[in-house]
Amino acid sequence: MKHLIIGNSAAAIGAVEGIRQMNKSDQITIISDEPYFTYSRPLISYLLSGKLSLEKMNYRSKSFYEDNHVTFKYAHAEKVDHLNKQVFLDDGDQMSYDKLLIATGSKAFIPPFAGLESVENKTTFLSLDDVKKLDAMGLESKRVLIIGAGLIGLKCAEGITKKAQSVTVLDLAPQILSSILDYDSSLIVKQHLEKKGINFILSATAEKFTQNTLTLKDKTQIDFDILVLCVGVRPNASLLSGIAAIEKGVVINERAETSVPDIYAAGDVTNGVAILPNAYVTGECAGINMAGGNKTISKMLPMNAIGFFGLNIITAGNYTGSIFELNKDSEFKRLFYQDGLLNGYIMIGNIAKAGIYTSLIREQTKLDTLDFPLICEKPQLMAFRLEERLEKLGGKVERMKFFQPEI
Amino acid sequence: MKRVYVNEKWCLGCRLCEYYCAFQETKESDMARALKGIKINPRINIEEKNGISFAVSCRHCEDALCVKGCITGALSKKEEVILIDKERCVSCYTCILSCPYGAISPSQDGAIKKCELCTDSASGIPACVKGCPNNAIVFEERLG
Ligand SMILES: Cc1cc2nc3c(=O)[nH]c(=O)nc-3n(C[C@H](O)[C@H](O)[C@H](O)COP(=O)(O)OP(=O)(O)OC[C@H]3O[C@@H](n4cnc5c(N)ncnc54)[C@H](O)[C@@H]3O)c2cc1C
Repeated sequence: MKHLIIGNSAAAIGAVEGIRQMNKSDQITIISDEPYFTYSRPLISYLLSGKLSLEKMNYRSKSFYEDNHVTFKYAHAEKVDHLNKQVFLDDGDQMSYDKLLIATGSKAFIPPFAGLESVENKTTFLSLDDVKKLDAMGLESKRVLIIGAGLIGLKCAEGITKKAQSVTVLDLAPQILSSILDYDSSLIVKQHLEKKGINFILSATAEKFTQNTLTLKDKTQIDFDILVLCVGVRPNASLLSGIAAIEKGVVINERAETSVPDIYAAGDVTNGVAILPNAYVTGECAGINMAGGNKTISKMLPMNAIGFFGLNIITAGNYTGSIFELNKDSEFKRLFYQDGLLNGYIMIGNIAKAGIYTSLIREQTKLDTLDFPLICEKPQLMAFRLEERLEKLGGKVERMKFFQPEI
Repeated sequence: MKRVYVNEKWCLGCRLCEYYCAFQETKESDMARALKGIKINPRINIEEKNGISFAVSCRHCEDALCVKGCITGALSKKEEVILIDKERCVSCYTCILSCPYGAISPSQDGAIKKCELCTDSASGIPACVKGCPNNAIVFEERLG
């Protein structure tokens, strides 16, 4: 069996590990247009700040391809011929496959800002090469303007504040991190970032760039030396356009199959949530099935764990329903619940045991089976019924031995 | 595979497991001296309320969400034991977001902390289990 994987990041590595759970003999080739050993994309801001060295970026140990008998090829895949099961590469090569995985991730979304082409020093912030580009621009004594106060924009800001002369983050939205925080909680994080020297211009519409100046709709002018575009990302699905079903991203079923036989897709390129855990899990599922297994996965929750200058944030689910709030000292928490279920939560500062909340959302645990006040206070297994605790901590035998119906 | 299991009804809440865990980590020979004046941050934690208590530590899940979700590759599974490579952890806490048991915690040294079943110990038996006076935590093979 010949497996061809386009992409070399979390989804691709998940697929390799999935295939190898099934057998050691199938052929695996990875095609990537980044000329690097598989690296952890979220770590690029740590590389930028100097917190991590290049080799610490590796997502797997250096012998990973060897250990897993993976052939790595540096090339850009240009076209998929699904009828003849071939992929055409930019170096003129063409590769045949039995099973194909599209793990091409996401690409930057850049709005058609007027005058953008007149800006000389500009980049996106998605890859190792983007870090190299920023470093080459010489951040020291430069004024950096970041468009987009989302996760990527703010991670970039964190990574350069120590180096750059000034960092300003601009966003159309009235709040920062609008994909993971509600307005109130965003203020806590914004304040923290401002203390660390980051400037914000929110509810702002960029109108026009003229070289090193941005003019806003309200005619305010902002001068800068370096522009970083972090408005958002979109699934990089073009290889399958006109071939497979694509909505926002490539549509996959619970086996990570696309609408085309023998073509799978995983990670940011799909319709799912664009986070690394989802990339790995969908990739692994695809790999197992590509190698003849039978793995299904359910849709992953939107969830996120991130930190800025030591302030940790964990969030999951959606923020509708009634609110339980705790806001004291350096701890902020909101739980959102409705119809007896937990919909979502936001934790800032103290994030201990957050995964217990995540599991309540994931498992759709009925809140009336729990000690609700206790679990609101803090996530803990004590809030579960005895038999649930026994199962969680004792395995199945324990449950049979000790389970006694409550009278 | 052998795992640490909890017999809740035998747990006295004495927290010796927590102390033995913290002591094991110091690699010292005298427990009193090693832990004197230190606020311990053990990899096993007692939950306690109204006379009920039990210990919680990593379950070494078969379907380990923490390992799959780890953004750096710092968490891995070797012979069914989930290990943390502190050098590669950046404390993003995606594992804490994912763990349904609350068995992974932050630490002061820039990496997360979790039970690794004392895989580096000579006896092969986790320190918490050895130190438990009432068999409330055991190290054995069970289903599921
Ligand atoms: C700065 C930053 C911080 C982040 N922080 C977090 C975080 O804290 N937590 C989290 O969960 N997620 C985070 N993310 C998101 C996370 O990085 C992605 O969800 C994850 O990398 C998706 O993995 P993937 O394998 O789907 O695709 P990607 O990582 O996007 O990789 C796709 C690869 O395919 C290659 N490729 C694309 N098209 C072709 C082609 N035609 N031919 C050959 N190769 C091709 C690309 O060059 C790329 O190397 C962050 C992202 C960024 C940019």
